[in-house]
Amino acid sequence: MTWRVTVDTGLCISSGVCLATAPGRFRFDESQHSSPVQALTEPDDQVRDAAASCPVEAILLTYAGTGEPVPPPD
Amino acid sequence: MPAQNEAPQFPFPPSPVPYSPGPQVRELMAKCPVNQVRLPDDSTAWLVTGFAEAREVMIDQRYSRALVFAPGRQVYGVEATLSDALIAKDPPEHTRLRKLVAAAFTDKRMQALRPRVALIVDDLVDAMLAGPRPADLSRSFSLMVPASVICALLGVPVTDVERFHEWSNAIFADWSRSREEIGQAYAAMSGYMSELITQKRESPEDDLISVLIDARDSRGKLTEAELVDFCIQLLAAGHETTASSINMSFVALCQHPGELARLRADPGLIPAAVEELLRYVIISGSGFIPLARITREEVCLGGVTIPAGETVLPSFNVANRDPAAFEDPDRLDVGRVPKTHLGFGAGAHHCLGAQLARMELQEALRGLLTRLPGLRMTRPMSELEFREGQVIASMRELPVTWDDA
Ligand code: HEM
Ligand code: SF4
Repeated sequence: MTWRVTVDTGLCISSGVCLATAPGRFRFDESQHSSPVQALTEPDDQVRDAAASCPVEAILLTYAGTGEPVPPPD
Repeated sequence: MPAQNEAPQFPFPPSPVPYSPGPQVRELMAKCPVNQVRLPDDSTAWLVTGFAEAREVMIDQRYSRALVFAPGRQVYGVEATLSDALIAKDPPEHTRLRKLVAAAFTDKRMQALRPRVALIVDDLVDAMLAGPRPADLSRSFSLMVPASVICALLGVPVTDVERFHEWSNAIFADWSRSREEIGQAYAAMSGYMSELITQKRESPEDDLISVLIDARDSRGKLTEAELVDFCIQLLAAGHETTASSINMSFVALCQHPGELARLRADPGLIPAAVEELLRYVIISGSGFIPLARITREEVCLGGVTIPAGETVLPSFNVANRDPAAFEDPDRLDVGRVPKTHLGFGAGAHHCLGAQLARMELQEALRGLLTRLPGLRMTRPMSELEFREGQVIASMRELPVTWDDA
């Protein structure tokens, strides 16, 4: 099931953790906040790990179809 | 690109202002964001002082931490103890370990911890108020705030602070110190930690060490060596850095009386001031060599072509003074609110304790500036003594006094 990736730029502290954890999946916008390279993605462990590693929990993963949150990695 | 034999010897001599870059590194910065330097073993490395460039090195996976520990490669000081640590791994190996603790250090968790930290700060200030003047701020406050907090989080008795602080001081050694000395301290700290882990295995408690033991024993998420190293690094990194940051930030503020007065007049500025201090104040010792990265392939960085297999040193603290990234970078301005800074690094190894340290620094400054009237140093900055050979600046003492309420 396709995931939707959202970054809350109000929370993001520009740590770059997600950019390094899931290379090519996040980038900095002009204001130095992280932004997903693609808003929709097929399930991807690195993206899930990036969300779980964000120090301010700014990355939200939901199922595109239902809007339900994607469970965290174990 | 300078010819190899022109590369200056690094690290440079101590800066005359301990919290600011010295003249030699400024000269390099003015030339190019990426310069070749010569390390103590006579090998060469690329010192990266540009903000954008240092950040790129810390984030981009073409720069590896793990390759630093390739057999036969020279590592310096504290690096020798880090080969099994979080900071020595690349994603996805790194991610496996980092995930285990990330949830325990989120901003949400740290805000929930704030009242407890405020209490620790207030108790320490009370003790200072009840004690003699001058007092040693370093020992009685700057060390004890983060030590008490990390002990509470990990489940380490804070009454052991003298022991583990001595060990971690010995471990956070720069290139000039002997392998044996570092190894002995590390062995002592490992012994101490293994004993604690044994106890907690038998009777788990509501603390992070118990969480990590469970991750190993029930879920096989890490090896025993990784477990012990992880706990040691959390304990060591969790108190030495913040302690130095409180000391050095206070010293920097004392050298900027206008900014200090501004902060006293408006404690609402404290969170912004903490960000500015994290940007402005260098807490590394003069012999600090930034934790190296190795190029996996040829890269182009700041207009310089660097072949594969070269050593790259992201000088994140100096990069915080890059005029390309900050207006008037050498001015301490507690109202600046820097958009981002590299005080906590960036990328996979972005400081795990960043949100904890921010909160501790905010509470520490609140305590010092609002509860100790006219708090000031009793000696000029030039008379402060630093322990030799430390990667994190460590003052022998920081005598302070204050006015009657
Ligand atoms: C003001 C205080 C602090 C400063 C300035 C600071 C700075 C840093 C920096 C710059 C790095 C990245 C180094 C690199 O990539 O080369 C780092 C990593 C780290 N810090 Fe901090 N730190 C502070 C407080 C803390 C605290 C309180 C903890 C306690 C948990 C902590 C734990 C760590 C750990 C475990 C890493 C390695 C992370 C990884 O490799 O994934 N630090 N810190
Ligand atoms: S990990 Fe979180 S805080 Fe860091 S850049 Fe990504 S979204 Fe921002």
